[in-house]
Amino acid sequence: MNPRIMALAVAILAAVVAAGGLAFMFLPVMAPNQQQAASSQGPVIGGPFELVDDTGKAVTDEDFRGDFLLVFFGFTHCPDVCPTTLGEIAATLDRLGPQAGRVQPLFISVDPARDTPAGLREYIKAFDPRIVGLTGTPEQIKAVTKDYGVYYAKADGSDGSGGTSDGTYSVNHSSITYLMGPDGAYLRTFSYGTSPEKMAEAIAAQIAESG
Amino acid sequence: MPRILIAAILVLGTAFALPATAAEFRAGDISVKDPWARASIGTSRPGAAFVGIRNAGAEADRLTGVESPVAGHADLHRTSMVDGVMKMEPSGPVAVPAGGMVMMEPGGYHIMLMKLKTPLEEGTTFPLTLTFERAGAVTVEVSVMGPGAMGGGHGHDSGD
Repeated sequence: MNPRIMALAVAILAAVVAAGGLAFMFLPVMAPNQQQAASSQGPVIGGPFELVDDTGKAVTDEDFRGDFLLVFFGFTHCPDVCPTTLGEIAATLDRLGPQAGRVQPLFISVDPARDTPAGLREYIKAFDPRIVGLTGTPEQIKAVTKDYGVYYAKADGSDGSGGTSDGTYSVNHSSITYLMGPDGAYLRTFSYGTSPEKMAEAIAAQIAESG
Repeated sequence: MPRILIAAILVLGTAFALPATAAEFRAGDISVKDPWARASIGTSRPGAAFVGIRNAGAEADRLTGVESPVAGHADLHRTSMVDGVMKMEPSGPVAVPAGGMVMMEPGGYHIMLMKLKTPLEEGTTFPLTLTFERAGAVTVEVSVMGPGAMGGGHGHDSGD
Protein backbone atom coordinates (compact mmCIF):
# COMPACT_ATOMS: atom_id res chain seq x y z
CA MET A 1 0.00 0.00 0.00
CA ASN A 2 1.04 3.52 -0.65
CA PRO A 3 2.69 4.77 2.61
CA ARG A 4 0.74 8.06 2.37
CA ILE A 5 -2.61 6.29 2.23
CA MET A 6 -1.48 4.08 5.09
CA ALA A 7 -0.64 7.12 7.20
CA LEU A 8 -3.99 8.66 6.33
CA ALA A 9 -5.81 5.48 7.30
CA VAL A 10 -4.00 5.32 10.63
CA ALA A 11 -4.76 8.99 11.28
CA ILE A 12 -8.44 8.49 10.53
CA LEU A 13 -8.51 5.37 12.68
CA ALA A 14 -6.86 7.26 15.53
CA ALA A 15 -9.32 10.10 15.17
CA VAL A 16 -12.24 7.73 15.24
CA VAL A 17 -10.87 5.97 18.33
CA ALA A 18 -10.22 9.31 19.98
CA ALA A 19 -13.69 10.53 19.15
CA GLY A 20 -15.16 7.30 20.44
CA GLY A 21 -13.11 7.61 23.61
CA LEU A 22 -14.26 11.17 24.17
CA ALA A 23 -17.85 10.18 23.54
CA PHE A 24 -17.46 7.34 26.01
CA MET A 25 -16.12 9.78 28.60
CA PHE A 26 -19.02 12.16 28.19
CA LEU A 27 -21.75 9.55 28.08
CA PRO A 28 -22.22 9.07 31.85
CA VAL A 29 -22.35 12.86 32.26
CA MET A 30 -25.00 13.19 29.59
CA ALA A 31 -27.28 10.53 31.00
CA PRO A 32 -28.12 12.22 34.33
CA ASN A 33 -28.69 15.52 32.50
CA GLN A 34 -31.12 13.78 30.27
CA GLN A 35 -32.85 12.37 33.32
CA GLN A 36 -33.11 15.82 34.85
CA ALA A 37 -34.47 17.20 31.62
CA ALA A 38 -37.10 14.48 31.55
CA SER A 39 -38.32 15.18 35.07
CA SER A 40 -38.37 18.94 34.54
CA GLN A 41 -40.46 18.50 31.44
CA GLY A 42 -43.40 17.79 33.76
CA PRO A 43 -45.15 20.84 35.28
CA VAL A 44 -42.93 22.51 37.87
CA ILE A 45 -45.14 24.10 40.47
CA GLY A 46 -44.03 27.30 42.13
CA GLY A 47 -40.78 29.05 41.39
CA PRO A 48 -39.50 32.61 41.71
CA PHE A 49 -42.01 35.42 42.18
CA GLU A 50 -41.92 39.18 42.68
CA LEU A 51 -44.90 40.58 44.54
CA VAL A 52 -45.87 43.23 47.09
CA ASP A 53 -46.75 42.27 50.65
CA ASP A 54 -49.55 43.75 52.73
CA THR A 55 -47.25 46.39 54.22
CA GLY A 56 -46.49 47.65 50.73
CA LYS A 57 -43.00 46.15 50.64
CA ALA A 58 -41.67 44.50 47.49
CA VAL A 59 -40.89 40.84 48.21
CA THR A 60 -39.64 37.83 46.31
CA ASP A 61 -39.93 34.12 46.98
CA GLU A 62 -36.44 34.20 48.50
CA ASP A 63 -37.69 36.35 51.36
CA PHE A 64 -39.64 33.31 52.53
CA ARG A 65 -36.86 30.69 52.41
CA GLY A 66 -36.58 28.73 55.62
CA ASP A 67 -40.34 28.57 56.18
CA PHE A 68 -42.81 26.02 54.91
CA LEU A 69 -45.27 27.98 52.79
CA LEU A 70 -49.03 27.44 52.62
CA VAL A 71 -49.93 29.27 49.41
CA PHE A 72 -53.51 29.95 48.37
CA PHE A 73 -55.23 32.37 46.01
CA GLY A 74 -58.35 34.53 46.36
CA PHE A 75 -59.64 38.07 46.58
CA THR A 76 -61.02 40.18 49.40
CA HIS A 77 -64.34 41.14 47.75
CA CYS A 78 -65.32 37.50 48.16
CA PRO A 79 -67.91 36.94 50.91
CA ASP A 80 -68.22 33.17 50.75
CA VAL A 81 -65.22 31.05 49.69
CA CYS A 82 -62.28 33.18 50.80
CA PRO A 83 -63.49 33.80 54.38
CA THR A 84 -64.04 30.05 54.68
CA THR A 85 -60.51 29.32 53.45
CA LEU A 86 -58.89 31.97 55.63
CA GLY A 87 -60.75 30.59 58.63
CA GLU A 88 -59.54 27.08 57.82
CA ILE A 89 -55.94 28.24 57.41
CA ALA A 90 -56.17 30.02 60.78
CA ALA A 91 -57.60 26.87 62.36
CA THR A 92 -54.78 24.81 60.80
CA LEU A 93 -52.18 27.13 62.37
CA ASP A 94 -53.90 26.79 65.73
CA ARG A 95 -53.81 23.01 65.45
CA LEU A 96 -50.09 23.07 64.66
CA GLY A 97 -49.46 24.77 67.99
CA PRO A 98 -45.79 25.74 68.44
CA GLN A 99 -44.96 24.26 65.02
CA ALA A 100 -47.08 26.97 63.42
CA GLY A 101 -43.99 29.16 63.65
CA ARG A 102 -42.40 27.08 60.87
CA VAL A 103 -45.31 27.63 58.49
CA GLN A 104 -46.00 30.86 56.62
CA PRO A 105 -49.44 31.11 54.97
CA LEU A 106 -49.46 33.34 51.90
CA PHE A 107 -52.78 34.69 50.57
CA ILE A 108 -52.11 35.80 47.00
CA SER A 109 -54.70 38.09 45.44
CA VAL A 110 -56.14 37.36 42.02
CA ASP A 111 -57.74 40.82 42.08
CA PRO A 112 -54.79 43.27 42.11
CA ALA A 113 -57.03 46.07 40.80
CA ARG A 114 -59.03 46.18 44.04
CA ASP A 115 -56.71 44.45 46.53
CA THR A 116 -54.21 47.06 47.63
CA PRO A 117 -51.67 46.17 50.35
CA ALA A 118 -53.72 48.10 52.93
CA GLY A 119 -56.94 46.41 51.80
CA LEU A 120 -55.32 43.00 52.13
CA ARG A 121 -54.06 43.86 55.60
CA GLU A 122 -57.50 45.01 56.74
CA TYR A 123 -59.09 41.81 55.43
CA ILE A 124 -56.54 39.35 56.80
CA LYS A 125 -56.47 41.01 60.23
CA ALA A 126 -60.07 39.87 60.67
CA PHE A 127 -58.93 36.24 60.46
CA ASP A 128 -55.31 35.71 61.58
CA PRO A 129 -52.45 38.23 61.56
CA ARG A 130 -49.98 35.39 60.94
CA ILE A 131 -51.23 35.16 57.35
CA VAL A 132 -49.32 37.38 54.92
CA GLY A 133 -51.20 38.91 51.99
CA LEU A 134 -49.49 39.39 48.64
CA THR A 135 -50.63 41.50 45.73
CA GLY A 136 -48.78 43.23 42.89
CA THR A 137 -49.11 44.55 39.38
CA PRO A 138 -51.42 42.63 37.04
CA GLU A 139 -48.28 41.31 35.32
CA GLN A 140 -46.77 40.06 38.58
CA ILE A 141 -50.03 38.31 39.50
CA LYS A 142 -50.26 36.83 36.01
CA ALA A 143 -46.75 35.41 36.40
CA VAL A 144 -47.22 33.85 39.83
CA THR A 145 -50.61 32.33 38.98
CA LYS A 146 -49.07 30.81 35.86
CA ASP A 147 -46.25 29.27 37.91
CA TYR A 148 -48.75 27.70 40.30
CA GLY A 149 -51.10 26.55 37.56
CA VAL A 150 -53.86 28.73 39.01
CA TYR A 151 -56.83 29.72 36.86
CA TYR A 152 -58.49 33.06 37.51
CA ALA A 153 -60.91 35.23 35.55
CA LYS A 154 -62.98 38.34 36.23
CA ALA A 155 -66.69 37.62 36.13
CA ASP A 156 -69.08 40.54 35.85
CA GLY A 157 -72.28 38.59 35.32
CA SER A 158 -72.57 39.54 31.68
CA ASP A 159 -71.93 36.23 29.95
CA GLY A 160 -73.26 33.54 32.27
CA SER A 161 -69.83 32.61 33.55
CA GLY A 162 -70.31 34.07 36.99
CA GLY A 163 -70.29 37.48 38.62
CA THR A 164 -72.37 39.77 40.76
CA SER A 165 -75.57 41.66 40.02
CA ASP A 166 -74.59 45.09 41.35
CA GLY A 167 -72.40 46.26 38.52
CA THR A 168 -69.14 45.12 40.10
CA TYR A 169 -67.40 41.79 39.55
CA SER A 170 -66.24 38.66 41.28
CA VAL A 171 -63.23 36.58 40.29
CA ASN A 172 -63.56 32.90 39.50
CA HIS A 173 -60.40 31.18 40.71
CA SER A 174 -58.76 27.84 41.45
CA SER A 175 -59.31 26.71 45.00
CA ILE A 176 -56.24 24.59 45.72
CA THR A 177 -53.83 25.28 48.59
CA TYR A 178 -50.15 24.54 47.95
CA LEU A 179 -47.55 23.39 50.50
CA MET A 180 -44.00 24.44 49.61
CA GLY A 181 -40.84 23.46 51.50
CA PRO A 182 -38.30 25.73 53.25
CA ASP A 183 -36.13 25.49 50.13
CA GLY A 184 -38.96 26.80 47.96
CA ALA A 185 -39.67 23.42 46.35
CA TYR A 186 -43.20 22.16 45.84
CA LEU A 187 -44.30 19.47 48.31
CA ARG A 188 -48.04 18.82 47.86
CA THR A 189 -51.50 20.33 47.47
CA PHE A 190 -54.63 20.37 49.60
CA SER A 191 -57.96 20.46 47.80
CA TYR A 192 -60.67 22.91 48.84
CA GLY A 193 -62.52 21.70 51.89
CA THR A 194 -59.66 19.67 53.37
CA SER A 195 -60.21 19.94 57.12
CA PRO A 196 -57.79 21.88 59.32
CA GLU A 197 -57.18 18.61 61.17
CA LYS A 198 -56.01 16.85 58.02
CA MET A 199 -53.92 19.80 56.85
CA ALA A 200 -52.20 20.19 60.22
CA GLU A 201 -51.48 16.45 60.34
CA ALA A 202 -49.96 16.44 56.85
CA ILE A 203 -47.91 19.58 57.49
CA ALA A 204 -46.61 18.26 60.81
CA ALA A 205 -45.52 15.08 59.01
CA GLN A 206 -43.62 17.13 56.41
CA ILE A 207 -41.93 19.15 59.15
CA ALA A 208 -40.90 15.98 60.95
CA GLU A 209 -39.55 14.47 57.74
CA SER A 210 -37.41 17.48 57.00
CA GLY A 211 -35.85 17.50 60.49
CA MET B 1 -100.54 31.27 97.74
CA PRO B 2 -97.21 32.36 99.19
CA ARG B 3 -95.73 35.38 97.37
CA ILE B 4 -92.46 33.61 96.71
CA LEU B 5 -94.30 30.84 94.85
CA ILE B 6 -96.19 33.37 92.71
CA ALA B 7 -92.93 35.14 91.97
CA ALA B 8 -91.27 31.86 91.02
CA ILE B 9 -94.11 30.93 88.68
CA LEU B 10 -93.97 34.36 87.03
CA VAL B 11 -90.22 34.14 86.52
CA LEU B 12 -90.41 30.60 85.12
CA GLY B 13 -93.33 31.58 82.91
CA THR B 14 -91.33 34.44 81.44
CA ALA B 15 -88.38 32.17 80.82
CA PHE B 16 -90.50 29.72 78.87
CA ALA B 17 -92.20 32.48 76.89
CA LEU B 18 -88.85 33.58 75.48
CA PRO B 19 -87.73 31.63 72.39
CA ALA B 20 -85.78 28.71 73.75
CA THR B 21 -84.76 27.45 70.33
CA ALA B 22 -83.20 29.18 67.34
CA ALA B 23 -84.85 32.09 65.60
CA GLU B 24 -87.77 31.27 63.30
CA PHE B 25 -89.91 33.61 61.21
CA ARG B 26 -93.11 32.65 59.40
CA ALA B 27 -95.18 33.74 56.44
CA GLY B 28 -97.93 31.43 55.25
CA ASP B 29 -96.49 27.94 54.78
CA ILE B 30 -92.95 29.26 54.75
CA SER B 31 -90.75 29.39 57.82
CA VAL B 32 -87.31 30.96 57.73
CA LYS B 33 -84.92 29.66 60.36
CA ASP B 34 -81.66 30.81 61.92
CA PRO B 35 -80.86 33.83 59.75
CA TRP B 36 -77.18 34.61 60.19
CA ALA B 37 -74.52 36.64 58.44
CA ARG B 38 -70.77 36.96 58.51
CA ALA B 39 -69.31 40.19 59.85
CA SER B 40 -68.32 42.42 56.96
CA ILE B 41 -64.79 43.75 56.65
CA GLY B 42 -65.09 47.42 55.81
CA THR B 43 -68.11 48.69 53.86
CA SER B 44 -66.64 48.49 50.38
CA ARG B 45 -66.81 44.69 50.45
CA PRO B 46 -70.02 42.69 50.13
CA GLY B 47 -71.51 40.78 53.04
CA ALA B 48 -73.12 37.36 53.01
CA ALA B 49 -76.21 36.15 54.88
CA PHE B 50 -77.55 32.61 55.13
CA VAL B 51 -80.98 31.21 56.07
CA GLY B 52 -82.79 27.90 56.27
CA ILE B 53 -86.19 27.82 54.56
CA ARG B 54 -88.88 25.23 55.17
CA ASN B 55 -92.05 24.96 53.08
CA ALA B 56 -94.73 23.18 55.08
CA GLY B 57 -97.32 23.65 52.32
CA ALA B 58 -98.63 21.32 49.63
CA GLU B 59 -97.37 23.54 46.80
CA ALA B 60 -93.86 24.56 45.84
CA ASP B 61 -92.80 28.15 46.41
CA ARG B 62 -89.89 30.30 45.23
CA LEU B 63 -87.75 32.90 46.94
CA THR B 64 -87.69 35.68 44.39
CA GLY B 65 -86.24 38.68 46.16
CA VAL B 66 -84.29 39.91 49.16
CA GLU B 67 -83.74 43.39 50.50
CA SER B 68 -82.37 45.07 53.60
CA PRO B 69 -81.89 48.60 54.83
CA VAL B 70 -78.21 47.80 55.49
CA ALA B 71 -77.48 47.18 51.82
CA GLY B 72 -77.95 49.33 48.75
CA HIS B 73 -78.37 46.12 46.74
CA ALA B 74 -79.15 42.58 47.89
CA ASP B 75 -79.42 39.50 45.72
CA LEU B 76 -79.42 35.72 45.77
CA HIS B 77 -76.07 34.23 44.74
CA ARG B 78 -74.70 30.76 44.47
CA THR B 79 -71.16 29.44 44.72
CA SER B 80 -70.26 26.39 42.71
CA MET B 81 -67.05 24.52 42.04
CA VAL B 82 -66.33 23.16 38.57
CA ASP B 83 -63.03 21.33 37.94
CA GLY B 84 -61.46 22.89 41.03
CA VAL B 85 -62.46 26.44 40.03
CA MET B 86 -64.72 28.36 42.42
CA LYS B 87 -67.35 30.41 40.67
CA MET B 88 -69.98 32.69 42.17
CA GLU B 89 -73.00 34.06 40.32
CA PRO B 90 -76.54 35.41 40.75
CA SER B 91 -78.75 32.36 41.19
CA GLY B 92 -82.14 33.71 40.19
CA PRO B 93 -85.20 32.63 42.20
CA VAL B 94 -84.59 29.77 44.61
CA ALA B 95 -87.21 27.00 44.54
CA VAL B 96 -88.46 25.59 47.85
CA PRO B 97 -90.26 22.30 47.17
CA ALA B 98 -93.57 21.42 48.79
CA GLY B 99 -92.87 19.87 52.16
CA GLY B 100 -89.18 20.53 51.59
CA MET B 101 -86.27 22.61 52.81
CA VAL B 102 -83.50 24.76 51.41
CA MET B 103 -80.40 25.34 53.54
CA MET B 104 -78.22 28.24 52.57
CA GLU B 105 -74.65 27.74 53.72
CA PRO B 106 -71.07 28.72 52.86
CA GLY B 107 -70.11 27.12 49.57
CA GLY B 108 -73.69 27.07 48.30
CA TYR B 109 -76.52 29.59 48.17
CA HIS B 110 -76.13 32.87 50.00
CA ILE B 111 -77.77 36.25 50.14
CA MET B 112 -75.20 38.73 48.95
CA LEU B 113 -75.44 42.15 50.56
CA MET B 114 -73.78 44.71 48.32
CA LYS B 115 -73.20 48.45 48.60
CA LEU B 116 -73.31 48.17 52.39
CA LYS B 117 -74.52 51.30 54.11
CA THR B 118 -73.21 50.24 57.49
CA PRO B 119 -70.66 47.58 58.41
CA LEU B 120 -72.12 44.29 59.61
CA GLU B 121 -70.69 44.00 63.10
CA GLU B 122 -70.33 40.74 64.97
CA GLY B 123 -72.79 40.48 67.84
CA THR B 124 -75.39 42.79 66.29
CA THR B 125 -78.54 42.06 64.26
CA PHE B 126 -80.16 43.65 61.22
CA PRO B 127 -83.48 43.24 59.37
CA LEU B 128 -83.74 41.37 56.08
CA THR B 129 -86.93 40.96 54.04
CA LEU B 130 -87.36 37.85 51.92
CA THR B 131 -90.10 37.83 49.27
CA PHE B 132 -91.68 34.54 48.22
CA GLU B 133 -93.82 34.07 45.14
CA ARG B 134 -96.72 32.46 47.07
CA ALA B 135 -96.07 33.22 50.73
CA GLY B 136 -95.28 36.87 50.20
CA ALA B 137 -92.80 38.90 52.23
CA VAL B 138 -91.32 37.92 55.57
CA THR B 139 -88.94 40.12 57.51
CA VAL B 140 -86.34 38.32 59.60
CA GLU B 141 -83.74 39.40 62.10
CA VAL B 142 -80.26 38.36 61.04
CA SER B 143 -77.60 37.61 63.68
CA VAL B 144 -74.11 38.73 62.71
CA MET B 145 -71.41 36.15 63.55
CA GLY B 146 -67.63 36.27 63.01
CA PRO B 147 -66.12 36.97 59.59
CA GLY B 148 -65.26 33.32 58.97
CA ALA B 149 -68.27 31.80 60.69
CA MET B 150 -69.57 28.58 59.19
CA GLY B 151 -72.96 28.54 60.88
CA GLY B 152 -75.34 30.61 62.92
CA GLY B 153 -78.14 30.06 65.38
CA HIS B 154 -77.20 27.85 68.25
CA GLY B 155 -73.95 26.47 66.91
CA HIS B 156 -70.53 27.88 67.64
CA ASP B 157 -68.61 29.51 64.82
CA SER B 158 -65.00 29.33 63.76
CA GLY B 159 -64.94 33.01 62.99
CA ASP B 160 -62.27 33.95 65.50
